[in-house]
Amino acid sequence: MSEGIKDKVAIIGMGCTKFGELWDKSAEDLIIEAYKEAIEDAGIEKKDIDAAWFGSCFEEVSVGKGAFPLSVTLKLPFIPVTRVENFCATGSEALRGAAYAVASGAYDICLALGVEKLKDIGYGGLPDFSLLMGTKARLTFPNMTAPGMFAILATKYFAQHDLSPEEGKRVLAQISSKSHHNGTLNPKAHLRREVPVETIMKAPIIAWPLGLYDCCGVSDGAAAAIVTRADMAKSFRPDPVYIKAMQISASSGEEIMYTDYDYAHIESTCRAGRSAYQEAGITEPRRELSMMETHDCFSISELTEYEDLQISPRGRAKEDVDAGFFNLDGQIPDQPDGGLKCFGHPIGASGLRMMYEMYKQLQGKAGPRQIKNPKFGLTHNMGGMPGELVTSVFIVGH
Amino acid sequence: MIGITSYGAYIPWVRMNRKVISAAMGWFNPAGLPGEKAVANYDEDSVTMAVAAAVDCLHNFERDKIDGLYFASSTSPYMEREDAGIIATALDLRSDLRAADFSNSTKAGTSALVSACDTVKAGSAENLLVCASDCRLGKAGGAQEQVYGDGAASLLIGTSDVVASLEASYSVSYDFIGHWRAAGDEFDRTWEDRFIRDEGYSRIVPEVISGLLRKCGLNIGDISKVVYVCPYARVHAAIGKKLGAEPERIQDNMLASVGDTGVAYPLMMLVAALEEAKPGDRILVASFGNGSDALLFRVTDDIDKARDRRGIKRYLASKQELNSYERYLSFRNMIPLEKGIRGEEIAFTQLSTLWRERKSVLALCGCKCKRCGTPQFPYQRVCVNPDCGAIDEMEYYRFSDKKGRLFSYTGDNLAFSPSPPAIYGIIDFDGGGRYWFDLADCTLDSLKVGTPVEMTFRRKYLDKARGISGYFWKATSRLAE
Repeated sequence: MSEGIKDKVAIIGMGCTKFGELWDKSAEDLIIEAYKEAIEDAGIEKKDIDAAWFGSCFEEVSVGKGAFPLSVTLKLPFIPVTRVENFCATGSEALRGAAYAVASGAYDICLALGVEKLKDIGYGGLPDFSLLMGTKARLTFPNMTAPGMFAILATKYFAQHDLSPEEGKRVLAQISSKSHHNGTLNPKAHLRREVPVETIMKAPIIAWPLGLYDCCGVSDGAAAAIVTRADMAKSFRPDPVYIKAMQISASSGEEIMYTDYDYAHIESTCRAGRSAYQEAGITEPRRELSMMETHDCFSISELTEYEDLQISPRGRAKEDVDAGFFNLDGQIPDQPDGGLKCFGHPIGASGLRMMYEMYKQLQGKAGPRQIKNPKFGLTHNMGGMPGELVTSVFIVGH
Repeated sequence: MIGITSYGAYIPWVRMNRKVISAAMGWFNPAGLPGEKAVANYDEDSVTMAVAAAVDCLHNFERDKIDGLYFASSTSPYMEREDAGIIATALDLRSDLRAADFSNSTKAGTSALVSACDTVKAGSAENLLVCASDCRLGKAGGAQEQVYGDGAASLLIGTSDVVASLEASYSVSYDFIGHWRAAGDEFDRTWEDRFIRDEGYSRIVPEVISGLLRKCGLNIGDISKVVYVCPYARVHAAIGKKLGAEPERIQDNMLASVGDTGVAYPLMMLVAALEEAKPGDRILVASFGNGSDALLFRVTDDIDKARDRRGIKRYLASKQELNSYERYLSFRNMIPLEKGIRGEEIAFTQLSTLWRERKSVLALCGCKCKRCGTPQFPYQRVCVNPDCGAIDEMEYYRFSDKKGRLFSYTGDNLAFSPSPPAIYGIIDFDGGGRYWFDLADCTLDSLKVGTPVEMTFRRKYLDKARGISGYFWKATSRLAE
């Protein structure tokens, strides 16, 4: 394996807006808000930024193409700005670009910022798939929605592990209920109320077998990070957060076209996880990880992630869910900030929002959600559809 | 010998009891008819039904042997774009093909059949496929709405393995205007029923049948089955009586089970007759439109080799009741449905992309790796098998005639569908290959992981603003085993 970037890059500042249906805020407002918090947190000024990576996914219905939504909004002084998009992993992709640039030695300080303004679409959920999938695929693909694509994962997971719809939905409901609880403790979350398991079980079906509360919210938001070379980090603050691993895996097309794949797990998560653990030097994730923010666009995604990230044995995540293993007071809390479940999923921002929580937790600044003495935090951010997914797994620590 | 070498039919899954129409519209027009009618699903039209009938007809037939396709319909989705060309592409036929559309009269189905026989007789084609399909609209509360049904038939005309040889044909042509639709009209218009009944059917059908018998030197008693159309049940029986045919020698008119399927009607009845025919039987079929064509067939000993068809019988038996008149209206775009902004979003169809991808999109052809044997859809230049990865070692591989199993699925209430929930899933094909497909003609409750499916050609979307019917294949559990 190549050398990787373990301990070469540090995060010295982060910003995250409140997420929600922000009818009175534009994407530009959100960019400025996340940026201001990040540079103030890092204690730097605009002139210190050498280059920037900007993440936004559905530019057609929001900011438009290219780097300018970031560079012009912030009046960045003719520095290199790159716009990235990798479906729902866009935010992580922006951070990866900035971190790699610093690790290469090309720059000292870089900005990564992701934003998405979803609530100007005019209807619930993400923009209609038929407009986004490309001119070729739209002639053949079903006109799917995100809940439908992931419901297919649930149908197959239940069948594979012999769970009745009732049993399966109960496991999923516990996952969502846990995240809703965490969201109540986070003033930046969009949805901030307890939702009991029974309510979740009885909610209207969005895409069988997933109900309303199996789906994450839809919201607007932005998040940002300032990264620098590890050897410079302490000059900015005493408690920088170091990148231990930064891995990403994109589908080869096997899942969608080759019959070996079982649709009861996410192959790219397994691959990215394996590579990330290797890069970070983690051999027993279940014992070594302190906390995670995984991609819970749907409750079923989170369930498979427990197994794909080697926390729970294959087919036995249910036992860990039942035991409260991933609860805020459990062994490896997942979504301590409330997750996509409570933040919603402004695509370009989500990966950075996940990192924001790990960063604050590692610095001991997570308030009522503070996890005791965390050592390693993991973010898992994935985009596409089960069948064609790109997944990032990042690990950070002291 | 020239004649029918194979036959097939298609009747939509959806049936509506005419009481459903009467319950909704009886206040306006209390005159109702008995029985039920076949209703094209929201994603079906004359082209898709023709493909289904052709697939039935081409059961076990090598498609490369077909050198002509005639399509007949009075409800073509396009005024300019040949339907026969869409159907031929969907069936993955050769491109050196004689293709033509027959239209503008309900006798167009028999016109296509007569022309096909003549084409083969002339030696211009060895195997010519005839498809007839119709999906006509009657206005709400009218008699046509009650009478009309949707369906399709397909006949293969050739010279070897003939199951019913053509003895003779006879045609009459009159500018008799009982029904008409001007260019751009959506609904049929009609003159008075009594005129159509007495001056139309009751005179023209006996005339063409008598003319054909006279031409052949036969009597009505020589005919084993007389197949003729007439959407007035009592008049239908009366015509037979007038001709001197006993009721058991008159082919059932399917009015109470399917309805008057227009251009497809006489051919569907002919297929039903062939399903029951015995070697030596003489079958006479007559249409009705602006005049009539009559054809006389003699059933051969090979008829028993062509029994393995869905035909009228099996398609008729497989059905789903539609109990909502409003849902029927929305299937036919007769009420403006609040689709919401999501439902109104339709991306432009890049016709140049469609042209390049026609074998994938219309014919459902993927490829099979010559090195490792893995079938894959859509066509890949680089083999998807992770242990292979061969580049440019592919041959075309047709999935449309492969059966498969539902690997996983969902019923999506968020996606816009004219018939929610949108049901779609992953299909694993027998023999290899996997892709995501919409599902047609099924209910969510009836599905499970592993349900057997087969493929059906459907209208994926209708872009009315730009005049595009987008077609692709869906999976269905109907009749799949």
